[in-house]
Amino acid sequence: MEHIVIIGNGISGVTVARNIRKLSDKKITLISSESEYFFSRTALMYVFMGHLKFEHTQPYENDFWKKNNIDLIFNHVVNVDADEKKLFFKDDSSLSFDKLVIASGSKSNKFGWKGQHLYGVFSLYSKPDLDKLEELTIGCKKAVIVGGGLIGIELVEMLLSRNIKVTFLVREKSFWNSVLPTEESQLLNRHILEHHVDLELETSLDEIISDGFGNVKSIKTDKGEIIECDMVALTVGVSPNVDFLKSSSIDIGIGVKVNRFLETNIKDIYAIGDCAEQTQPNKNRKNIEAIWYTGKMMGEALAQTICGKPMEYNPGNWFNSAKFFDIEYQTYGWVFSNPTDNEEQFYWEHQLGKIAIRISYDKNSRTFLGINTLGIRMRHEFFDTVLTNKISVDYVIENLRKANFDPEFYKSYENEIFQSFRLNNTVINA
Amino acid sequence: MTTKETNLSIAQNNQITMNTTQKTGLTIGFVGLFIIILAFLNIDFPNRTLWLFASITSILVGIVIYANATYLHRPAGISNNGIFHQSLTNKGLFAWSLGIILTLFYIVLYWFPKYLGLGENGESNSGIVQFFDSLSLFLNGKVASQWFMYGTFYTIAILGLGYKFIVKYRHNKYQLVRTISVMFFQLGFAFLIPEILSKLNPEKAYFAKDIKNMWPLNHYFFEDWHLKNMLGGGNLGLFMLVFGIAMIFIISPILTYFYGKRWYCSWVCGCGGLAETAGDSFRHLSNSSQKAWKIERWMIHSVLVFSFVTTVAVIFTFLSNNPELSIITRSQFIYGIVTFLVVFTSALYIFKRKDMDTDAIYTMVTLVIIIIISLVINYFSDHQNILFVDSNSLRQWYGFGIGSVFSGVVGVGFYPIMGNRVWCRFGCPMAAILGLQQRLFSKFRITTNGGQCISCGNCTTHCEMGIDVRAYAQKGENIVRSSCVGCGICAAVCPRGVLKLENGSEKGRINSSDILLGNDVNLLDLIKNK
Repeated sequence: MEHIVIIGNGISGVTVARNIRKLSDKKITLISSESEYFFSRTALMYVFMGHLKFEHTQPYENDFWKKNNIDLIFNHVVNVDADEKKLFFKDDSSLSFDKLVIASGSKSNKFGWKGQHLYGVFSLYSKPDLDKLEELTIGCKKAVIVGGGLIGIELVEMLLSRNIKVTFLVREKSFWNSVLPTEESQLLNRHILEHHVDLELETSLDEIISDGFGNVKSIKTDKGEIIECDMVALTVGVSPNVDFLKSSSIDIGIGVKVNRFLETNIKDIYAIGDCAEQTQPNKNRKNIEAIWYTGKMMGEALAQTICGKPMEYNPGNWFNSAKFFDIEYQTYGWVFSNPTDNEEQFYWEHQLGKIAIRISYDKNSRTFLGINTLGIRMRHEFFDTVLTNKISVDYVIENLRKANFDPEFYKSYENEIFQSFRLNNTVINA
Repeated sequence: MTTKETNLSIAQNNQITMNTTQKTGLTIGFVGLFIIILAFLNIDFPNRTLWLFASITSILVGIVIYANATYLHRPAGISNNGIFHQSLTNKGLFAWSLGIILTLFYIVLYWFPKYLGLGENGESNSGIVQFFDSLSLFLNGKVASQWFMYGTFYTIAILGLGYKFIVKYRHNKYQLVRTISVMFFQLGFAFLIPEILSKLNPEKAYFAKDIKNMWPLNHYFFEDWHLKNMLGGGNLGLFMLVFGIAMIFIISPILTYFYGKRWYCSWVCGCGGLAETAGDSFRHLSNSSQKAWKIERWMIHSVLVFSFVTTVAVIFTFLSNNPELSIITRSQFIYGIVTFLVVFTSALYIFKRKDMDTDAIYTMVTLVIIIIISLVINYFSDHQNILFVDSNSLRQWYGFGIGSVFSGVVGVGFYPIMGNRVWCRFGCPMAAILGLQQRLFSKFRITTNGGQCISCGNCTTHCEMGIDVRAYAQKGENIVRSSCVGCGICAAVCPRGVLKLENGSEKGRINSSDILLGNDVNLLDLIKNK
């Protein structure tokens, strides 16, 4: 019986394992050195804030794996011998495979700052990171968070929930401005301030200063400002966790290089999820996408390939979502923070400044290109259909009510948006 | 793997503190409660009416101050910080203490009301029951019973903690409307209207005037004393009888068809009302394991059989003993019931068998068992003995086991340990019937929003019915479960806007496509056509 070994029990590894099991009775082994059972990484923040317990982040009960005949190994892979089809663990034991799936995820970036080794400096990605944070929180009064991305703002929210004062250093001139257009980004700036965060825009970290005993005492910004703190979080992005493969014959760039079939340069070795680097990414897609659902889709596609029905990974229309404190964000299709030449954008914001919508469409053909929403939930299916069929922006505006996914009784803003859109368009046409 | 228990160290890393206003609110509330405890200890207050008014006001004002101080200082949004760090909401010392106190209170309330000061054999009340005499005289013209005192507390709890719930979820209009609804039905239909009706009709014997409390939740609706009181209760009594039956066979099925069982369980019902308001702090304690679901199926359907058989037996005996009050004979009754159930069950089986899940199959089997038992009753029973058991003792056992122990003592007493819907989930026969309809014959569902789910587990954890919502959401499946009471908290706590409670077309309501929207079209086709 063919033995499929999967390194990493995150969403990608687990999805491929489950789907192979649905399609076949191959022997499946799932390896992790992070946690014995699969958990949802995105929920770690809720564990810290006390909304959940760690076991609640585990989507499957512990006996699920045995019931589905998926073997679990809790150990750390240090090396892969691709030619001998064998991998080696930290404790010198080894395991042979017929096919190998690398789904080892990401690790947090550190950019060689002075003082980044000090006690009190940390990043948040894994379960052990969370345990360390819990330890660092003892007696902590003030923290500095470096990096204006999604993990950064999650950490801000987490630490505030424990009454820790937070300074948030954001390199851009507005929060998450590389992804969000100015208005959305500024709306979020205001919301961040509303939560009593010391938000420092256009500010980067220069160095972390020690108290002389190996602990963090303060940081210095690129503007020369010294900020006292007990804790420094570095949340400046993640990169593929592939160091253990460097000595193998597998082709590594930033991540594990894969083609559209998620195959590496070596037969029977595949890579999926955060650690995979696409050599031929789809239009507008990055070559490395560290996103929950892309990991899931890669797992689904690869399971088909491994079970004898070769299938390209071909992500459909782009979508994503996030939550910034109390404001939910959803996006479907492409809305660029710097519009492309043929792109026209329509923006509407509620007078209280917590709800906003931006629709992007083609200037010439009026084809709908994408939507950003803050504080309004939208129906994925609606926009997936619209995008696939290249329907016009006018149809979308007229049918926004059908797209709305807010809970019942919520105030709807379709009329207001519709009026605003018409007004805008008249002005432009005139 | 060892899961590390946090916050055991003396150097607390859970820096959740109370502010002064919260402490003030707590103090005012507990002063109100303390006055009532003094009354329980038989302290004779000089002006009881004034003190009662003072204590109730104090409790309500305390809750309002506390709720405002807890939730209004931050922007509106989900406020679940620290619920798994705090003793009261994470089965710690406070939780167990509260659970024990509540349980003991229910035991005394049901079986030893004299300890609460209920005057027995014509004696006047004392203690805490006496404390409520003036309010009772004002509302219904009689001195208080332990039930009047309990009803008042129950209403205060729903109103006060309902306010707290509203402040907590003030950003969510569905929660707002729903909570105002349970508060309205409790205050009006369960408390004020019944009391005032009995003041207006002092000569009438008691019958359940809480018109929203329907059979089989109201298990004594068809008991002989209750039927007699309704039949002898003039226009009002007759109205209650007709309305009660119409609720069961007409109003409830129609509303459940359009809105799901939530119209009752989380908008109207008193048990649900208490669970949603006073019990909100404990909703995340409901066990969502597969094992709990198995136990749930067995328990709730056993209770359903018990309740049906008891009711059939009780009506059977009533018809045997009171032919002059009846328009049908006992055999006609039994055959009527059996015919109804046979038609009902076969129709469901014929038209809906592909939509059945394990819950629905259990309910169907339960109905078949009830049909068989009903037939057997007709052959092996005389006037009083049903299947060789006295129908009186059968209903007494039901009243004791289900009506008191399960719905009261366990149902509310165990809130802080097992979650706020223990009764609704494991015991309520009405929830079982409405659930079958919700699964097979209703427009209601929780829609999953394509591929946005990140499997975080907030929905599953905060589901008071212990439904593993995530298991459906992460597969892109709609949630159509018998037990869902439609409280909408899963949709509220979801950080990615994945869930929405909806009443829509029945077509495609129960889907199990097991696909992730957003993946390439070929793969979707492949998985769909496999």
